[in-house]
Amino acid sequence: MDRLRVATIWFGGCSGCHMSFLDLDEFLIDLAAKIEIVFSPVVDTKEYPAAVDVCLIEGALCNEENVEWLKIIRERTRVLVAFGDCAVTGNVPTMRNALGLNNDVNVLDRAYRECADNNQGIPNEAGIVPTLLKRVIPLHEVVHVDLFLPGCPPPAGRIKSLLVQVLEGQSPVLEGANIKFG
Amino acid sequence: MAKRIVIDPVTRIEGHAKISVFLDDEGNVSDAEFHVVEFRGFEKFCEGRSYAEMPGITPRICGICPVSHLLASAKAGDALMAVDIPVGADKLRRLMNLGQIIQSHALSFFHLSSPDFLLGWDTEVAKRNVFGLISANPDLARAGIRLRQFGQEIIEILGDRKIHPAWAVPGGVRSALSKTGRQRIKEWIPEAYKTTKLALDLFKSTLKTHGREVQVFGNFQSLFMGLVTEDGSWEHHGGLLRFTDSSGSVIADQLDPQNFSEFIGESVQSSSYLKSPYYKPMGFPDGMYRVGPLARLNVCERMGVPQADAELKYFKKLGRGAVTSSFLYHYARLIEILASIELVEQYMDDPDLMTDHLRAEAGINKLKGVGVSEAPRGTLFHLYEVDRNGLIQKVNLIVATGQNNLAMNRTVAQIAKHYVKGEKIQEPMLNRVEAGIRCYDPCLSCSTHALGKMPMAVSLVAPDGRVLNEVTRDG
Ligand code: SF4
Repeated sequence: MDRLRVATIWFGGCSGCHMSFLDLDEFLIDLAAKIEIVFSPVVDTKEYPAAVDVCLIEGALCNEENVEWLKIIRERTRVLVAFGDCAVTGNVPTMRNALGLNNDVNVLDRAYRECADNNQGIPNEAGIVPTLLKRVIPLHEVVHVDLFLPGCPPPAGRIKSLLVQVLEGQSPVLEGANIKFG
Repeated sequence: MAKRIVIDPVTRIEGHAKISVFLDDEGNVSDAEFHVVEFRGFEKFCEGRSYAEMPGITPRICGICPVSHLLASAKAGDALMAVDIPVGADKLRRLMNLGQIIQSHALSFFHLSSPDFLLGWDTEVAKRNVFGLISANPDLARAGIRLRQFGQEIIEILGDRKIHPAWAVPGGVRSALSKTGRQRIKEWIPEAYKTTKLALDLFKSTLKTHGREVQVFGNFQSLFMGLVTEDGSWEHHGGLLRFTDSSGSVIADQLDPQNFSEFIGESVQSSSYLKSPYYKPMGFPDGMYRVGPLARLNVCERMGVPQADAELKYFKKLGRGAVTSSFLYHYARLIEILASIELVEQYMDDPDLMTDHLRAEAGINKLKGVGVSEAPRGTLFHLYEVDRNGLIQKVNLIVATGQNNLAMNRTVAQIAKHYVKGEKIQEPMLNRVEAGIRCYDPCLSCSTHALGKMPMAVSLVAPDGRVLNEVTRDG
C-alpha cells in the first residue's frame, strides 16, 4: 500500500498542537514508514500539493490569508481535521472578539502605537502583512470539517489514536478521555 | 533601477514570515527585511482579566516555549504581590525552565537544523528534514528525539502535562517534585549526557568545513544582552541584566528588569508584525542587540558548572572579544543543553525541591510588575499594570525573537550580499537565507510561527510589478 499522504498546517495558533505531534517521540520513527509528510512547517515543501489524504490544521482563522488558504486546502484534501481547540472552537485567539466591533484595530493600536517608542503606526504594507479579520473564527465556519480533535493541545496519545485508526482504514471515533477540551 | 526581491515562504498558507531583499541600481544588494505576518493581539485582549489567570492564558502565545511565558507571567504576579517566593518554589520553577531549555534546543538542533549539516545543504528537498534524518541515520534521530523527550518529561513530571501545564502561579508553584518523578529523571541523565556530547562532537567537526557559514551567517558587530548572576555567571531565571559589546566589554551591568522600559525601546517596521526592540541609550537602530544562547554565552564569564565551563572556554576562543557569528548560536545552544543537564543533576539531591512550602500568599501590593525569564531564544519580559483588585489594565510583552529582529534583518542582508549578484538569483541562496534565519531558532509563534524549515520562492520584482526572474528551491 502507498504511504498515507499527510499534511499539517498552522493558522492562528501557538504551534503547541504541532509540538504535541512531535511529542509522539519514537512513534514518529514508526510513522515515517507508514505516512509521508507532504506538507508541513517541519519539512521543506513549497506548495500545498494535490491529493492529500489527511490534513491536520492547527489554529483559528485570524486573517484573510488564513481563509484563502483554508479553501484551497479543502479542495485538495480528503480528510480535513480541526487539530486542537483553536481550530475547533477558536479558543484563546477569539478573546479579541469580546473587545467588540473595532477589536481588529484596537489590538493593533495597543501593540504598535501605545507600546512602541519609535516609528509608531500599524504595519500595513500591501501584499506583505495580511489584513486581520473582523472576528476570529473556527475552521468549520468556512469549510466542511471531517474530524474534530479537541485539546489545548490534544495530547500525543490522542493524536496517535486518531492516526492509527485512519491508518487502519477505519473512520476514526474518539471517545471518553479523548474528547476533552483544554 | 532599484528592485525588490520578495522571498515568500510560499504558503501564504503557513504565511507567517516573508523576506524582501532590496537591490540598488547596479543590482547589488542594498538592504533586506524579514517580515512577520501573524498577529493575535494578546497585549490588548488580556485587559480586564485577573492577573492570576495570566499564567493560564499567556502560554498560549507559544507552544514551543510555553514554560517561558508561564514562568514570566507567574513572576510578574510575584512582583504585583511584592513577595519573595519560597526557596523550593524558585528551584522548582528553575528545574522546569531547564527542562524547557533542553527540549527546545534539542528540537532546534536535531529536528530542524541538523539535516542541513548532517545530510548536507544539497540534499534533495523532500529528504532534508527530520524524517530524512530518520531514514538516513535512525540511531542519531532516535537519540535526538529522546533528548527532546527528556526535557518534555521533566516539564510533565512537574506540571502534569508537556505543553501548557497549569502549574506556576503568582507566589509560587502548585506541586513539588515527586519521588517517582525524581527517580525517572535521574535514570535518564546518563543518556542525555551521551547524546549531548555526541551532538557537540558532530557540530565541532561540522565547523571545520563551514568556515564560510561562520563568516557570512550573521557575522557582525552588535550588542548582546542576557541575565547574569551577581558575580557574572550564566543565569536563566533570576539575576539581573547585562549588556556587552562586540569587543566583549560590559557596557551596562546589573540592570533591574523591573525598569526595562528605561533602557529598552521598541520600534515598529511598517512591513512586519514583529517589533524591533533596541538599547535606548544608543537609539534606533544603533542600539541593535542580540539575545539568546549566543548572547548569554557572550555576556557571562562562566557557566557555573564544570563540563559546560570547559566547553565555554573553547567557545570563547572563536571570537575576539565577543563571538559575533550567528552561525555559532548552534554551538551555544548545545553548551546550554550540557549546562542544563548538569544543573538538573544537582537538583536531584536537593531536598528543597520536595518540600510542601511552595506558595507565598498576598494581595495586590503594587500596581505595576515585570516578570522576566530567559526563554530558550532569549530574554522574555511580561509587564502588567493592574487595578487594586488585580484586574489587568495594560500588558506589554517583549519576546526573545523580537529582540533579534534587527540582527535577523542584518543577517539576511549579509547572506544575500554574498549570494546575489546582479539580477541573477543563485539557487543556493534560498536555503542559505533560511538557514541564516534558522540560526536564531526564531520562535515566531511568540509573534508569528515560521518554525524551522520555511518553504520558499524568490521573485525578483521590478518596481512596476513585472516579475524579472523567479526561482523556487525545488524548481
Ligand atoms: S489549541 Fe492550544 S496548543 Fe493548540 S494552537 Fe491553540 S492555544 Fe496552542
